[in-house]
Amino acid sequence: MSDNVLRLSDITMQFGGVVAVDNLSLEVNEGQIVALIGPNGAGKTTAFNCITGVYEPTNGQVSFYDKVIVSNYPHGKMKKLYKGSNADKYVHEKILNPTPDKITRKGIARTFQNIRLWKSMTVFENVLTAKHLHAKQNIFTSTFRISHAEERRMREETALLLEEQDLLRFRDELATSLPYGLQRRLEIARALATSPKLLLLDEPAAGMNPQETQELGEFIVQIREKYGVTILMIEHHMDLVMQFSDQIYVIDFGELISHGTPAVVQADQRVIDAYLGVVEEDA
Amino acid sequence: MTEKKDKKEVLYSLIGIAVLLIVIIILEKTIPSTSILFSVLKKGAIYSLAAVSMNLLNGFTGLFSLGQAGFMLIGAYAYAILTMPVTIKLSDSVYKYYDCIVGFQLGLIPSMIIAGLIAALFAFLIGLPVLRLKSDYLAIATLGFAEIIRAIFQWDTIGPLTNGANVLRKYLDLTDVTLPFSNIPFPPTLFIFIVAGICIAIIKMLIDSSYGRAFKAIRDDEIAAEAMGIGLFKHKEMSFIISSFFAGISGALLSMYQYTVQASQFKTAMTYEILLIVVIGGIGSISGSCIGSFLFIACNEWWLRFLDESSNNILGLNIMRSGFRKVVFSIIIMIIVLFFSKGIMGEKEISIKRMVDRLRRKKPKPAVEEGAK
Repeated sequence: MSDNVLRLSDITMQFGGVVAVDNLSLEVNEGQIVALIGPNGAGKTTAFNCITGVYEPTNGQVSFYDKVIVSNYPHGKMKKLYKGSNADKYVHEKILNPTPDKITRKGIARTFQNIRLWKSMTVFENVLTAKHLHAKQNIFTSTFRISHAEERRMREETALLLEEQDLLRFRDELATSLPYGLQRRLEIARALATSPKLLLLDEPAAGMNPQETQELGEFIVQIREKYGVTILMIEHHMDLVMQFSDQIYVIDFGELISHGTPAVVQADQRVIDAYLGVVEEDA
Repeated sequence: MTEKKDKKEVLYSLIGIAVLLIVIIILEKTIPSTSILFSVLKKGAIYSLAAVSMNLLNGFTGLFSLGQAGFMLIGAYAYAILTMPVTIKLSDSVYKYYDCIVGFQLGLIPSMIIAGLIAALFAFLIGLPVLRLKSDYLAIATLGFAEIIRAIFQWDTIGPLTNGANVLRKYLDLTDVTLPFSNIPFPPTLFIFIVAGICIAIIKMLIDSSYGRAFKAIRDDEIAAEAMGIGLFKHKEMSFIISSFFAGISGALLSMYQYTVQASQFKTAMTYEILLIVVIGGIGSISGSCIGSFLFIACNEWWLRFLDESSNNILGLNIMRSGFRKVVFSIIIMIIVLFFSKGIMGEKEISIKRMVDRLRRKKPKPAVEEGAK
């Protein structure tokens, strides 16, 4: 049993003529916190969307616990337009493009860059609804309350999860009435309710001050310990990334430019160039 | 909300429903059955069911569908054809130009359920292509399908089944409803209230279940719902099928109430009437749809009737004539929409428990309204 949780192999995402993600390969191992960083527009969220089934990558494969879950090669109209490399590598593989809900069922849950809680629902209902995907009841047993035991178990688990996240005191409040930081935390709790093995966090610290960011980092580490999840996150706060992640992947213009431990990445000249720009010699 | 509170709420609701049914029984015993009150109550209850089933789709799943009249038409026709006695089918009195091919007759309740199932089957087939569309496009596509259904039912070629564009009648109607195992007639208004009530209660139970929460999640944020493992197409299809099932049953009830059925009656205007009820009552509120329905029917058919009589004069002006009712009615609707932009009930539900609690407290304290279950 390998401890490899997620592997992206040569993922390329091309929109029309624009290559948003170019030949990206990365690995996330069991129990790690891995950060994906890069300047604005580098293609980080696009990479996330390729993993979670929102986009269908133009070329490449995604494996989860060594099982291929997404696979594609340039076909149809893309065959002529394709600008990336490795165009022939996956031609003999079966095309796999599951919808996001199927990916989540396999054990990959995500949060969003701009918070997407269910607005008309309370804190409790938000988490409870996320438990729906593993419910065994069908629509009849659920409507006529035949599967009452399962419903009760779901409610108990939800209450427990909220208690662990210190959100139980807000259980009957509307999710959108919570302060911003707590909404972020609720979104993570909701993702955890789907019992994932891998958690994808898209800019969890966006809009937070340094102290909140620090707390969030500790919270993420806590989650990893408590629920045994592996974490892949996109983040812009460098202190958070450097302090808490085990591995860092840096991408710029869709290409992987560096990866390794925080110390290695920090020292990499290409990373510094990507963030600060290159000094032109003639200038 | 804890389970204890929930149980109390259910108990109060049951008491409320029982009181309502007893009032109907008493009304039917005391007031002559020809009174317009009963036709308003019957039609109101039928439209309540149609509106609630539309609300399940538009208000709770966030699918803007305008196919309601089409599914009611299927239900009405299925019911009428199934319950028509075989002797009448074979004689010339209804199927004048065609030979009816349905050579059997079913009971009243089974026919009603089958009417719903046939509507649900059509919904399943229509849903396959249509539910991949979003918002306005979905509305246009469902509207189109409802019109196609209406046209097909009037088509000559399937005349042996639907009697072409001609009227269907002499099937089992409200006067044929009897008490079980006897020939004693069942009070017609009560019958409609019970059937519509059971259907609405089932929809309410569905909405409170795990699947109902998934529907609401799709309404609130489709992308988040999908990312949390809720299969969009599967759940939309479920909601569409169930909504159409109950629309079919309300169509069956409507055909019982009207004694005759004709496809030309189920026009787009009917869908708009139901949509109007849903919007006035509050998108996402079941009790709102019911209240809206009774108000709409009462205003349309009863309370504003006097405006149509040209013998009534106000300030010596002779403005009242047939059709003036509609002018006043439109103004009332505009006022409601202006002052209650979310409908009469918004997204809340009537809670008898809350009313009782408020009466007990006596002091009208600023009530916690969000507790709406």
